Amino acid sequence: MASDSFLDRSRTIAPPGYNRWLVPPAALAIHLAIGQAYAFSVFNKPLGALISGNVDKPAADDWTPGQIGWTFSIAIVLLGLSAAIFGKWLERVGPRKAMLAASLCFGGGFLIGSLGVHMHNLWLLYFGYGFVGGIGLGIGYISPVSTLIKWFPDRKGVATGMAIMGFGGGAMIGSPLANNLMSHFKDSAPMGVAPTFIVMGIVYLLFMQFGVWTIRVPADDWKPAGYVPSTEHNALITTRNVSADNAIKTPQFWLLWVVLLTNVTAGIGVLETASPLIQETFSESALGAGRGVTAAAAAGFVGLLSLFNLLGRFFWSSASDKLGRKITYAIYFGLGIALYALIPTLGHNLQLTLFVVVACVIISMYGGGFATIPAYLSDLFGKYQVGAIHGRLLTAWSTAGVLGPLIVHSLHESAKAKGLTGAAAYQNVFYTMAGVLVLGLLANLAVTAVKEQYYEKGDVTPEAGGH
Amino acid sequence: MDPKSTSAAPAAAPEKAALGGSVVLAWLYVGLPLAWGVSQTFIKALALFK
Repeated sequence: MASDSFLDRSRTIAPPGYNRWLVPPAALAIHLAIGQAYAFSVFNKPLGALISGNVDKPAADDWTPGQIGWTFSIAIVLLGLSAAIFGKWLERVGPRKAMLAASLCFGGGFLIGSLGVHMHNLWLLYFGYGFVGGIGLGIGYISPVSTLIKWFPDRKGVATGMAIMGFGGGAMIGSPLANNLMSHFKDSAPMGVAPTFIVMGIVYLLFMQFGVWTIRVPADDWKPAGYVPSTEHNALITTRNVSADNAIKTPQFWLLWVVLLTNVTAGIGVLETASPLIQETFSESALGAGRGVTAAAAAGFVGLLSLFNLLGRFFWSSASDKLGRKITYAIYFGLGIALYALIPTLGHNLQLTLFVVVACVIISMYGGGFATIPAYLSDLFGKYQVGAIHGRLLTAWSTAGVLGPLIVHSLHESAKAKGLTGAAAYQNVFYTMAGVLVLGLLANLAVTAVKEQYYEKGDVTPEAGGH
Repeated sequence: MDPKSTSAAPAAAPEKAALGGSVVLAWLYVGLPLAWGVSQTFIKALALFK
């Protein structure tokens, strides 16, 4: 079929003179769209009031926050699973077909979800946004990674940082967009949610097509003009290749799995608690009448964290090109341990400004951890199937998505049961997360070069990715 | 300087100029929505400093 062949990897090989700076916008078109998932919470209250029509007084048959929360959880679990399952397929068929599949799943997930909202059928919402949309998230997340690494062998961190920065930025677009649409449609459907899902599904589907039709892979013998691979010996940067199947047999893969797991688990600790944490720690009873942090100011704090999450993805990942991946992660963990341990003290001493600054630095390193990992994988395993290896590593993210909130909620509930309030109710959360980062630091320190037996023999091509 | 393909033919120079324009348009396509989202977030974040 003509349209089918147009999607094939062979049809996406860039012609001579192709400007590689067209590739990051193609990647961003995908990540800015799927990053909307981080803003799903904007639908929580409206989805919980579809019958009553009043977010403050849900009806008996309205969905509970717990039921609605599963939608996002399913999507994140499916992100990790589909990235792991479809990674090798992606390497074989190329980024264009994968991006098209991602756009259809992500946009289609919204459309199926809108039907679930319209019919007030929770399972259809789970299936649409959670399951189908989650598959779109996973395929979309990894689809540009190996292509970017091949286009930017001299700046791998910059390239992947730009794309993965888009995932952080996606929430910043998705949240106000959803709010504006729900406000526009509020008179035509319950809370305006179903038509908002339809519009967002179509808009994202179309927006992502830019990436689908712009993406190009470099020719096998292509390299940037003037680029000479460093001749300095660095055992942690290979010029050879390890397949995805072999990569998961290496201790290095599982050490990086722990690195990602711990960094994300700890970061979620801050993100999950950001709004109540700052309001309870810097309350009126602590600071004096009229001086406490209000709900609006807490929302501003959450917004500020989102900005630093985005900036950290680009800044830290780019810095890793100069510093090296292992040193960059050592900074995430070493500095992270100190800052996580410092947060309760700043809360006790009511140092609001420093508290905000420290939280922003922590979240910048959380984002940086996501953005630096593809380059770390490429350094260790080569670029041959780095997208598939990255996909498998993202199961650590799914695990952290369950583990992080579990740790936070159980420790916080336990502290409140003991009668602790304010900063004291959160201190064990932060000390525990500092301990989690110690594990990550040790795992990172243990990373060494991959052993000879795991490397591919001879030349490898992406099309041979199915072995 | 923007590194290009090492196999670019000299005759491809006009194509490169056109691609330069394409690069600007491509970055605007993704940059404008991102800038809008960042500005919205920044406005929300200002409430923290009031």
